[in-house]
Amino acid sequence: MADVLDHGGEMLRVTGLHAFYGESHILHGIDFGVRRGELVTLLGRNGAGRTTTLKAILGLTGRRAGSVMVNGREAIQLPTHKIAHLGVGWCPEERAIFSSLNVEENLNLPPKVRSDGMSLEEIYELFPNLWERRKSQGTRLSGGEQQMLAMARILRTGARLLLLDEITEGLAPVIVKKIGDSVRLLKARGYTIVLVEQNFRFAAGIADRHYVIEHGQVVDAVSAEELSASADRLNKYLGV
Amino acid sequence: MDIPLQAVLSQAMLGLNNGAFYALLSLGLAVIFGMLNVVNFAHGAFYMLGAFAALLGFDYLGRFLGDESLRMSFWAALILGPLIVGSIGVVVEKTMLQRLYKVDHLYGLLLTFGLALIFEGVFTNYFNVSGEPYNGKPEILEGAFDLGFMFFPKYRLFAIVLSLAVCFGVWYLIERTRLGSYLRAGTENPDVTRAFGIDVPMLRTLTYFLGVALAGLAGVVAAPIYSVSPKMGSDLIIIVFAVVVIGGMGSIMGAIVTGLALGLLEGVVKVFYPPLANTVIFIVMALVLLWRPAGLFGKEA
Repeated sequence: MADVLDHGGEMLRVTGLHAFYGESHILHGIDFGVRRGELVTLLGRNGAGRTTTLKAILGLTGRRAGSVMVNGREAIQLPTHKIAHLGVGWCPEERAIFSSLNVEENLNLPPKVRSDGMSLEEIYELFPNLWERRKSQGTRLSGGEQQMLAMARILRTGARLLLLDEITEGLAPVIVKKIGDSVRLLKARGYTIVLVEQNFRFAAGIADRHYVIEHGQVVDAVSAEELSASADRLNKYLGV
Repeated sequence: MDIPLQAVLSQAMLGLNNGAFYALLSLGLAVIFGMLNVVNFAHGAFYMLGAFAALLGFDYLGRFLGDESLRMSFWAALILGPLIVGSIGVVVEKTMLQRLYKVDHLYGLLLTFGLALIFEGVFTNYFNVSGEPYNGKPEILEGAFDLGFMFFPKYRLFAIVLSLAVCFGVWYLIERTRLGSYLRAGTENPDVTRAFGIDVPMLRTLTYFLGVALAGLAGVVAAPIYSVSPKMGSDLIIIVFAVVVIGGMGSIMGAIVTGLALGLLEGVVKVFYPPLANTVIFIVMALVLLWRPAGLFGKEA
């Protein structure tokens, strides 16, 4: 875990993060870091606290404690809407496409947090399906199109740290491949990405590093190079 | 039945006039319910406050400041009334309502109902239940137009046109502008909207301001027609709630169209069978609830 100690050029550093929903204590001191341009995954069983980790970074849980440094700025005390303006884009597990907005309104909804986001033209080039359906009600799209829309709308804002939650869940293999291509493209463009992923094979192909979460704590970290040597260990964590 | 068309048309016009008030008030209620999840029982009280703002500004402001000739004109009241009422709303939202969003509807309902009773009680103490007439109707709106089938008071026509314009403006704001897309998104999924960097608590305050300012505007416009009394809001608000339920809670267009249509219906029924006029809206409400529980324009859950 030597790389974890390197704090230089970090886009995200989470230290001792605790989070609660009402009385239930969900995260018990999460620690991990992501350097600029890196893609890391959060692996673990259902209910281990991966989605909650993303929500806690955004201040969407109940009470939280510890430290969340985004791009060198402490975010633990900030209200949710200010955290987005540090350059964080979130693609929630349930996708959360707005049914009262059409596709283009969905794309235009998140305010720009930096000036260098993608233009609508670039986004439509990346996801041509969205161009064809731009006047449709957001929730009329297919599952795959909704997933693309959920990712596309945070690219417009100029956010450089993307928190992507289960972006392949319930999608056909051909769509998963397409989503994988766009994630690779985003990484190539220098985005920093935290991926919560159930599909380990999908994650293994694109990540620099994997963090394993169990019972609200990071219990292990495996880099891409160590992956084949650590397969048994990971299988045990994930129970596959 | 032998009822002259002329009588039907005149009652329809008067009904439309009432409908304009229903539309303004139910629009505010619908906007507030959609965004804040609060059934705003204080809506009638804010309407009453709007009317009193006009009355006090016209008849009392000068006396209070020691210069009898100083009056807030009707036109000034049209702007200032909604702003004053809206500001009171902001205080209510920031200090009290804000704490209730996470709990059951019932708490917001009880709080706003209590506020309505307090506002009504205070004004009843100073002005009596019967209230006072408003004397500030501008001269240019005196008299009547000849519509062919009836002479229709200019002021009532003004009231209809103004509220239609305002209703359409609010619809446009919510359905067609960027701010409106924030409001719609915040209504649908506040957490994700916040995570995108939109200040949802601020939007809620703004929404409450807008909603009660609409009630305040309706109150100012009502002042020259109905007598200004502490109870004027609670008499009207029951009908307005029926309108919102028929139109569909939280539907903007539903509130506007239903408000106008039911005012019209009420007017026309008055010609055919007057005793039914006060009840017909509630009969319609019962039927609509049986047929479409989410309301005419509401989305089925």
